[in-house]
Amino acid sequence: MSKKFWETLPQGSVVLEAGSSAKFKTGGWRSMKPKWIEENCIQCLFCWMYCPDMSVKVTAEGKRAEFNYDYCKGCGICALECPGKKGNKAIVMEEEGK
Amino acid sequence: MGKIVAVTGNEACAQALKQINPDVCAAYPITPATDLMQRFSSYVNNGQVDTELVLVESEHSAMSACIGAAAAGGRVATATSSQGLALMWEMLYIAAGTRLPIIMPLVNRALSAPLNIHGDHSDGMGARDTGWIQLYSENAQEAYDNTIQAFKIAEHMDIRLPAMVCMDGFIVSHSIERVEYIDDADVKNFVGKFQAVNPLLDLDKPKSYGPLILTDLYHEYKRAQHEVMTKVPKVVLEVAAEFEKMTGRKYSLFETYRLEDAEIAIVVMSSAAGTTKDIIDQYRDKGVKIGLLKPRMFRPFPYLEIADALKHLKAIAVLDRADSFGGYGPLFMEIASAVTSMDTKPAMINKIFGLGGRDYLPEQGEHVIDELINVAKTGKVQTVKEYIGVRE
Repeated sequence: MSKKFWETLPQGSVVLEAGSSAKFKTGGWRSMKPKWIEENCIQCLFCWMYCPDMSVKVTAEGKRAEFNYDYCKGCGICALECPGKKGNKAIVMEEEGK
Repeated sequence: MGKIVAVTGNEACAQALKQINPDVCAAYPITPATDLMQRFSSYVNNGQVDTELVLVESEHSAMSACIGAAAAGGRVATATSSQGLALMWEMLYIAAGTRLPIIMPLVNRALSAPLNIHGDHSDGMGARDTGWIQLYSENAQEAYDNTIQAFKIAEHMDIRLPAMVCMDGFIVSHSIERVEYIDDADVKNFVGKFQAVNPLLDLDKPKSYGPLILTDLYHEYKRAQHEVMTKVPKVVLEVAAEFEKMTGRKYSLFETYRLEDAEIAIVVMSSAAGTTKDIIDQYRDKGVKIGLLKPRMFRPFPYLEIADALKHLKAIAVLDRADSFGGYGPLFMEIASAVTSMDTKPAMINKIFGLGGRDYLPEQGEHVIDELINVAKTGKVQTVKEYIGVRE
């Protein structure tokens, strides 16, 4: 007899697949979206350090790249911490969907 | 051949834990806990066990550390009592839902307020719905034997659930009785080597414990948890049969005493069952056909098996050493549920006795039996639930 669906669940709700949280795209929670303004970026990587997720991409050369919007929840910490260039922020928050 | 000793229930349980030598014990070994874990901690201190003893700042932390250690892949035990169990409440559900076979002797004692740490079943009954297996013990021998059997039941590959081994506070936990200890090697052989399931410390297979499970799957996980409980009675009986082969001591889901030809019966758990057996003998000598049923396994509750054992009776008195305020006593509720499957239902009365360590005296049992004789004769119940042994 084939097993019922609930009989196939892992015992004690243990997640047996490593790194499976990558499948759960949390970007949909976002209401404010960070926008990267490259000409104001001094490559300090504060945004990468402060991001509570891993939503700031860095290239193989160690340079700041575009945001990963699949996981960015729009908390705004990167925009707050961004020193910018001569008083001009390299990250600003915009309303999602605008 | 084992050794015959004069020990308290706590000493006997600590001895069982020593013989099993768990990997980790996390405990808060002062009041409201009893000297059970304090005794075990001296075995750790004296190097008689290899157990990692984690002394924590609260019972909530004790159960949390046990859960972590069990998830890591260890054989884990702790012990508690009274308010200590109450403080563990949140974590008890997590231990069961995560299917971790943690073993916990529970010295049944009262809950505040008023403040009291004497024997009653309020603590254990409060943990009724947590998903733990519960075995209740009449005396120190049963507490010792149940502790050893609990490991084998809980760790069975079809089960993997935590288990509480209950004994009456002070009456059993602190009173010296004759107990037969099993040889260390026999205990070790009986419980076997611990087999971890999905251990966190298996670093080649990384995994996560305790994920968020929302509306799409929570209901299914609970369905699976219900299913595993239905498998427990069979395993309890298998383990009991194997235990009997080793020791000659017989265990089942419940015990009956002079019940087969009885017309009326008392249902009562733990130490009060011993006193009740003596009272029953006196009434049997007078020609009253009375018997006793003592549940051993309270969770899961063996409704059908108990109904079968009680189905020939005219009247039943259920004695509860705990109250569900605004409801009937917790044991009465279970027996009443069991009775629903019977074609002819016996009349039933519920007596609340012995709260906060109030002695259960033979006169109390005699009053109950006298009333029960009358209920059986008339088929009429005056008051369903009543306190007995109350100062008036």
